[in-house]
Amino acid sequence: MDAILLQILNGLDKGSAYALIALGLTLIFGTLGVVNFAHGALFMIGAFCAVTLQRFLSLSFETVDPTQTDFLGNPLKVKTPYVEHWFGPEIGGAIIDWSVPLAILVAIPVMVAVGFIMERGLIKHFYRRPHADQILVTFGLAIVLQEIIKYFYGANPIPTPAPDMFAGSLDFGALVGMAENSIIYPYWRLVYFAFAAVIIGSVFAFLQFTTFGMVVRAGMADRETVGLLGINIDKRFTIMFGIAAAVAGLAGVMYTPINAPNYHMGMDFLVLSFVVVVVGGMGSLPGAVLAGFLLGILESFASMKEVIDLIPGINQIIIYLVAIIILLTRPRGLMGRKGVMEE
Amino acid sequence: MLGLGKKDIALFMIVALLTLLAPFILNPFPEGSELAQFNAGYPDLMQRFVIFGIFAIGFNILFGLTGYLSFGHAAFLGVGSYAAIWMMKLLTMNVIPAIIMAVIVAGLFSVLVGYISLRRSGIYFAILTLAFAQMSYALAYSVLTPITGGETGLQPKVSDPRLFDGALAEGATPQANLFGLDMGASYEMAVGNWLFTFNAGYYVAAAVMLASFYVAIRIFRSPFGIMLRAVKSNQQRMNYTGLNSKPYTLAAFVISGMYAGLAGGLMVAMDTQVGPERMFWTASGEVVLMTILGGAGTLIGPVLGAGMIKYMENIVSKINSDILHTWFAFLPDGLEDVLVAMVYPFVGKGWHLTLGIVFMLVVIFLPGGLVEGGQRIMNLFRRKKRAGDDSTPAPKSHPAE
Repeated sequence: MDAILLQILNGLDKGSAYALIALGLTLIFGTLGVVNFAHGALFMIGAFCAVTLQRFLSLSFETVDPTQTDFLGNPLKVKTPYVEHWFGPEIGGAIIDWSVPLAILVAIPVMVAVGFIMERGLIKHFYRRPHADQILVTFGLAIVLQEIIKYFYGANPIPTPAPDMFAGSLDFGALVGMAENSIIYPYWRLVYFAFAAVIIGSVFAFLQFTTFGMVVRAGMADRETVGLLGINIDKRFTIMFGIAAAVAGLAGVMYTPINAPNYHMGMDFLVLSFVVVVVGGMGSLPGAVLAGFLLGILESFASMKEVIDLIPGINQIIIYLVAIIILLTRPRGLMGRKGVMEE
Repeated sequence: MLGLGKKDIALFMIVALLTLLAPFILNPFPEGSELAQFNAGYPDLMQRFVIFGIFAIGFNILFGLTGYLSFGHAAFLGVGSYAAIWMMKLLTMNVIPAIIMAVIVAGLFSVLVGYISLRRSGIYFAILTLAFAQMSYALAYSVLTPITGGETGLQPKVSDPRLFDGALAEGATPQANLFGLDMGASYEMAVGNWLFTFNAGYYVAAAVMLASFYVAIRIFRSPFGIMLRAVKSNQQRMNYTGLNSKPYTLAAFVISGMYAGLAGGLMVAMDTQVGPERMFWTASGEVVLMTILGGAGTLIGPVLGAGMIKYMENIVSKINSDILHTWFAFLPDGLEDVLVAMVYPFVGKGWHLTLGIVFMLVVIFLPGGLVEGGQRIMNLFRRKKRAGDDSTPAPKSHPAE
């Protein structure tokens, strides 16, 4: 029992990342009808927003501290971050410590701007081109974005720790009345899951309960008619592209403490996220979220020792295997709408 | 002649001439000169040109003719490589059985993958092929280690059985050969300051490449090729006329899989080792880049694309900031530094950035790739020649839907 619970929990954080990226992909596909291979790069840019903010906040100046000496007897040079100098050591330290959550505030405008530029500058011209062209041009864009990041940040992963408050692990087993230390779960992963749930919930609420969302949904169902009613649907779809980019970026920001970001993390996630989208059904938002969590949890179940002993190597291929089976038996994916890219 | 039209003969002859004289053409700069680093005429790189040329020609038969975008073609290359290396381990270091086996095994594997993947099209097909390739990669990396050597890969060893070869002396390394002709053997010719290298392996690979180029021309011009183009332009309409297109697409898929296997086998023949990274999806992405860059659906395009990418990977990637400084040394100091700083991100380790930008530009402005670019320039010249007689293009006719 505890083993099963542990695997479900383990699957949640990866599943959250899949679900968030797949949600953005589906938003873009559902609204603009564009297959965006650069979405993983957006995830990566989000993660590097966190890295940048952390570096920016830790910018420091050197002072000579006459009261201390280093091992040679010279006066010690002390580095003080500007933030600590301005706000005092306590508040300043806390700001640096909380740089990852704070990066959310930075990432939202940055990602929306990146999304706008991408859509207006490039994707707009590809609405009427075949899907293969869309895949290819966004694939090229992904390479370019990833190389730009590599140029500025290098090829090595950059560790970006979570706030100290979330550094430990939660004894989840004891919490639900099982033996102590039976299920240990890092706090940050819980935070990530909760964060993903909030984001997904707010995207759905936005689409469901606002007039803007209603128009967008109408446009997803029948773009032409909505346009004929005198609504500028293109503008709204561009905004949705910005939102989708922001969702991917935020997923990246919060993912940095779990895995140190490097320049190709986006591509690694993209391949799997596409599988997730296809399994969930092209164009279906609930399908994308469901498939994201489902595949994340399946993956962690497949990496249990008992399962690997039974079918060696299954943890490596389970997602692709599921994708192949679903695509062949349920062409529309789990929750795909009729008529959306069934060919 | 050879069942080719006049234009195709000319094209084939040009390609044949270029490949046979490649050691000269790719070495235009004398040894020791500043530009010698742009010489691509060394065996390792020339072999890569032709091998990836074969890979891209094969990919083009699928993508260029039928429009099915496969994101998992590296799997066939990898499977072919593994088959070839096992032939070398078990039978003989002669490359012939290795290459033949690579083609057969890759062909069989592509029948399996193609039969399943071709049930869907468009993005689903791309994802299915990608899934198969990633699965093969993951399996080769982990579970199939007894067959694939896992992370370390495989090399032929002295202790391998090799039924047909005599036992090797202790400590000798098994060399791939063609009936005794060592693949690594080179003849070096010095002419003045120039040094030209003629490598046995390169010429074997080049001969295979020419043969596969010839087959590709025949496929392009055959009724079968026209049928594949019909699949690309409108599969639905084909189905409505009562024609089952599946056998045609599957045949195209298997042929391109066999081409990939051939390339994989040749890679082993030239450099006797295999690792699973050959099957990673970035390798599949690379052949897509090559084909699009050169011009999908054209005969010569994929070869050009393969050559261009491999040239960038091996030559442009070597340019570092010191070299840039020597280039721009004639400029005043400040300007020199600015220029170097501006160019540097695009060369050396950043060559992928240039590749990505060029690729995007090609997809956006030149959907026909470099070949279309060349044609446009040619047309421009022709039009200038014909300035005076106003040639209005015939109005495009649209078939009724």
